[in-house]
This record gives sequence, structure tokens and C-alpha cells, in this order.
Amino acid sequence: MSGAPAAVAAETAARGEGGGAFNVTDLIMTHITDGHEIEIPFTHMAIHLPRIHVLGYDLSITRHVVMMWIACIILFVVARHAATRASRAVPSGWRALFEVFIKYIRDEIARKSIGHEADRYLPYLLTCFFFIWTCNLLGLIPGMSTATSNIGVTATLAALAFVMIHLAGIRQFGVVHHLKNVMPGGLPLWLYPIMLPVEILGLFTKPFALCIRLFANMTAGHVVIIGLISLIFILKTAWVAAVSVPFTLFIYVLELLVCFIQAYIFTTLVSTFIGMSVHPAH
Amino acid sequence: MDPKGLAFLGAGLGAGLALIGAGMGIGRLAASAMDGIARQPQSAGTIQTAMLIAAGLIEGAALFALVICFLLSGK
Repeated sequence: MSGAPAAVAAETAARGEGGGAFNVTDLIMTHITDGHEIEIPFTHMAIHLPRIHVLGYDLSITRHVVMMWIACIILFVVARHAATRASRAVPSGWRALFEVFIKYIRDEIARKSIGHEADRYLPYLLTCFFFIWTCNLLGLIPGMSTATSNIGVTATLAALAFVMIHLAGIRQFGVVHHLKNVMPGGLPLWLYPIMLPVEILGLFTKPFALCIRLFANMTAGHVVIIGLISLIFILKTAWVAAVSVPFTLFIYVLELLVCFIQAYIFTTLVSTFIGMSVHPAH
Repeated sequence: MDPKGLAFLGAGLGAGLALIGAGMGIGRLAASAMDGIARQPQSAGTIQTAMLIAAGLIEGAALFALVICFLLSGK
């Protein structure tokens, strides 16, 4: 969110003429939450997005929806370009980059957790990884916002992971046996009333944790960056910038790392859970 | 005592305590990882991968608390 300084300056100038005080909370809220217009940095203009209401549900195109579309288009174009150069023996360029990540996810993550059925779930895991990474990275570009900092988006990703985990187990064992695999084997009978609710709860907390982890990491990073820059405006001196801007730069670079790590952790955990479904340890 | 002020106080204290927990946890994790790499430099890659995964999970738990603090300060 390095569009923050420009936006903060523009808003402070506007507010200064209006006589209002600088409000950090408002600024953070407008940048973090979804909105119906895309602001163009360094100007006061915004692209207004259509509001669509269908049968009482709000299906309007918002900022985060547009960001997800942009991520999809980027991924499709880049991956297609990397995939069609299949004839050369030694890969180069985009294909080499994709091959590094795809090989790593296939060998270290998918095959280690899921075993021999890994190649079936590989398209889903790769999509998870690249989509989340692209969405996270897009949020760091000035003027754009992070789709994965919307809890609706991360909840959907977690719900899809939930579906995949159970699909994997049901495909392997059938519905009844898969549900029986939830309970560890060899338990004395008196432990069943305790373990059953715990295990069933565990089925739901794992995707919930996936959702919250991604959402909170992305939101917190942007809030810290905006807060640090706003410090200059709260304290109303330009000298704070000497401390604030380098620290913001440090946090910004850390955010780049966090984007990758969060995508990687999401993919690793989904693969581990699918592995637990397919090879129950009990 | 104003309930809104108490909510903000709770949010701040909660975030701070959560951060202490996360910092201590990840600190111990990093120390063990350093020990492991020092003993066996050739397994540095494996240890680093495991360290990142564990750090992500610990941070996830801390961010649970952060989300609750956000909710509290939003009331």
C-alpha cells in the first residue's frame, strides 16, 4: 500500500481546507475494507463500479472483485505463456520460474503429504498457491487493494479447502468409512464421548484457522504500513518522516516476504490435511 | 468507567499479551532451529522449511488474538 502517502496527503489537504482533523481510523478503514470505487492515486478521481443487487443479495462488483479478476487474468496469461513453450528441452524465462515452484510444491509438499495420489490434487494445490500469492502481491502495488484481506475471500478459499479435504477422503474410502476415520483407532469406549466432539470440532477449526490466518496477516501488514505513515500526519511535523519512512520501507519489504510465506503455508496446510484424510494415521 | 474506554483498554492489553506470547514462541523456535543448523549444516534446508511452517502456525494463533482485539476496538 505505498499509495498510502499520496492518499494521506490528498485527504489531509482536502480535510485541511474543510477544517476537519486528521482521522487515522477512517483512513485505515477506507483502505482496508471493500469499496464500490477504485481510487486513482495522486488524484481525487475514482472509477465507480456498478452495484448489482440480485434477489436481495448484494452481488455488486467491488474493488476486491476487480482485484481477483486482475489476478486471474495475470495468472492465466503468464501461465499460458509459460506452458506453451513446451518444445525446448532446457526451460528458460517464465517457464523456468514456474517450474521451480511447481516442482517444489509437487515434490516437497504434495507427494510428501499425500503420497501416490498426489498428482490428482496437484492442480488444486497449485491454483491455491499461485492465486493467493498473486492476490497478496497485487495489494502491495500503489493504488490497488488486497483481495485476500477480505474475510469473504479467505473464507471462500477455506471453504473450498474443506470441500477438497473431504472429497479426498470420500473418494478414497467412501462416505461412511471416511467419517469413521475421524475417530482415532484403538480408543477405550469411555473416551468416545470426549473425543468425538473434539474431533468433529477439529474438522471445522482447521479451515477456520486457514481463513483467519490469511486474512489477519494480510490486513495487519497493511494497517501497520498505513499507521506508520499516518504518524507523520498525527504528529504534524515533517521530521518524523526521517524515522517513519525507513521503518515503513522495512515493513513493506517484510510484507513481500509475508505474501509468499502465507501462500506457501496455506498450500502446505491444505496438502497436509488432504494427506491426513487419505492416510489416516489411525 | 466508560465502557468504550474499557473496550479499547482491553483491546490494547490483549494485543500486547498476544504479541508477548507469539514473540516468545517464535523466539524459542528460532533458537532451536539455529541449534539444529549448527549441529548439522547439511540439513539446513529441511530445518528452515520446518521453521517457516511452524512460525506461520504460531503467528496464526497470535493473529487470532489480534482479530479479537480488532473486534473489541470496533465495538
